[in-house]
Amino acid sequence: MSEEQTFLDALKAREATRDVAEPTWIAARRQAASARFEAVGFPTKRNEAWKYTDVRAIARGDFALATDAEFSRASAAALTLPIEALRLTFVDGIFSAPLSDLSELPKGVTIEPLTEALEANHEAVGAVLGRLAGVDFSPFAALNTAFAEEGAVIRLAPGTVVEKPIILQFLSRAHEQPVMSHPRVLIEAGARSEATVLEHHVGEAEAANFTNLVSEALLERGAILTYYKLQEAPLGDLHISSLHVDQGRDSRFTSFNLNLGGALVRNDIVTDLNAEGAETQYYGLFYAQGRQHVDNHTLVNHNAPRTFSEENYKGILDDRARGVFNGKVIVKRDSQKIEANQNNANLLLSDRAEIDTKPELEIYADDVKCSHGATTGQLDEKAIYALRTRGIDEQTARGLLTLAFAGEVMEAVKLDAVAERVELAVAGKLPERFNLSGLVETAVALGEE
Amino acid sequence: MLEVKDLHVSVEGNEILKGLSLTVTAGEVHAIMGPNGAGKSTLSAVIAGEDGYEVTSGSITFEGRDVLEMEIEERAQAGLLLGFQYPVEIPGVKNVYLLKAALNAQRVARGEGEIPAPEFMKLVKEKINFMKMDSSFLQRAVNEGFSGGEKKRNEILQMLVLQPKLAMLDEIDSGLDIDAMKVVAKGVNSLRDPKRGILIVTHYQRLLDHVEPDVVHVLVDGRIVKSGDKDLALELESRGYDWLVEESAA
Repeated sequence: MSEEQTFLDALKAREATRDVAEPTWIAARRQAASARFEAVGFPTKRNEAWKYTDVRAIARGDFALATDAEFSRASAAALTLPIEALRLTFVDGIFSAPLSDLSELPKGVTIEPLTEALEANHEAVGAVLGRLAGVDFSPFAALNTAFAEEGAVIRLAPGTVVEKPIILQFLSRAHEQPVMSHPRVLIEAGARSEATVLEHHVGEAEAANFTNLVSEALLERGAILTYYKLQEAPLGDLHISSLHVDQGRDSRFTSFNLNLGGALVRNDIVTDLNAEGAETQYYGLFYAQGRQHVDNHTLVNHNAPRTFSEENYKGILDDRARGVFNGKVIVKRDSQKIEANQNNANLLLSDRAEIDTKPELEIYADDVKCSHGATTGQLDEKAIYALRTRGIDEQTARGLLTLAFAGEVMEAVKLDAVAERVELAVAGKLPERFNLSGLVETAVALGEE
Repeated sequence: MLEVKDLHVSVEGNEILKGLSLTVTAGEVHAIMGPNGAGKSTLSAVIAGEDGYEVTSGSITFEGRDVLEMEIEERAQAGLLLGFQYPVEIPGVKNVYLLKAALNAQRVARGEGEIPAPEFMKLVKEKINFMKMDSSFLQRAVNEGFSGGEKKRNEILQMLVLQPKLAMLDEIDSGLDIDAMKVVAKGVNSLRDPKRGILIVTHYQRLLDHVEPDVVHVLVDGRIVKSGDKDLALELESRGYDWLVEESAA
């Protein structure tokens, strides 16, 4: 039996147990998606976009679908970010009402689990869903479309400013047979609306589940969306996601893609800058150790003149971890006066860690400002000397500078709880030889006084 | 406590220090003055352990230990601390991290345990207030985007927290306006202690108006050509260095 067949069978089994017929457009899309998946199969190393990322751990898996969203309130509370927020929680992909909080929902905002949004008005969802993420984007996008049942729909009416962050919390449980989930997120940000969305992946330490997420965000004229992804999934989790962004005139999108967890992680982010004045900023940080594998693929399409993109990704790799960064920028023929800057810097803390970094610029316009840079490496020797003159040994100095290296991305983070959490996590992951224990905790305590 | 004997130092083959000798005793404030290019900064750099300086002969001992055999961090842990003329910016490393890591390194080297967090916080806050600095400064990266005056204050703050046995201050007064100068001088004066030596390296008399030295040395062309009390500094201020340069050449 082929690896794909296990998934196709799981899909058939799910269809057989469905007691209420779905709207025809959904059923038709599932069918088309599953046909597409069957035709292309899981990506292999021969596929350029997956050259460095081996997905056999997923392909050979046998994942069940979760049927409940039970999760003790106490253990959920320990995992939840201490941020006052509008919150939707999903447990292994299933919506959990008790762990969600949508009280004090401001006017002009709808936040619903996908199932409820479909129930309320499935045509309205169907008109937009899938517009940015087609089944041909990747085999995983096809698989997601074939399986997707739950997720989140966020709609901001024109002019709406949501002060509290909107958190989509994905909890992963430990099971005897691992489970898979295929969440789907849809964000429609109306003209001049403004919001912060945070996708948070976390769970029980022993979990080894497969998450396959697809998100789509449409920004109308002047909309401002900040999108955080804080991926601190259990170290056995397999995590694939793609985020597709479509930007209208003068809109601004900022992505913080922060990856600390997972055994196998692949993130795709694609932004289409479709009208003048649209601006997109990508910040990324990944820390991998043991045999973790983290792959970030980003793509910015400058489809209109006077559009702007900035990208700054940093990676820290230890042990035998492997990182991939692929940042592509495409400037269309008539997209003059655009500006695109990209930077990727990595630190390897062990001889056996590995990074593959590849900037790709395709420029078909002649009046543009583009730059890119990739460095792997070196800490500032002058700074090490300065720290040593204060009595700090060389290893600790290197530790401090490694923490600082991650800190440069975190400086742009506006949610303090996220910045703190990541800093503590990074300090905690740094090798013991760096001798940094207790340091960050002191700083956090001082800062809170 | 600090003894420099007949020190010869070369940088890229050029001899900068040509037989410098100097003794600093606990409880004293020494000032080394001299014209540009005399070797003032070279002396501080060699004592701190900076790369690129070749000691061709002579010795430096601190409390009987051979400083030139000590690692850079060992020197600081032993209580030999240098305040830089041009403090390095260290993006991303918060001041609080530097202070705590440095203080702990010193304590561990002395066989003491690490400082408990509450005690550390109390100490740091007290010193920060003393230096008229805002406590938000602790969360900022070391010297990043600091003005010249802030950088110098920061050097003194580190001294106040680390309480070295010998504090060396290299041109700590350069680029300071009068208010910053007073705060820095207040910090330096608070370091005066019968058990501590202070070595101020400076081109100008200005700081010495606020921090009165016990001994003033004049460094010309890689050697101490004259030593005296604080009046020597005043004489240099009015007469300049030329007369000493000529005297030493003669």
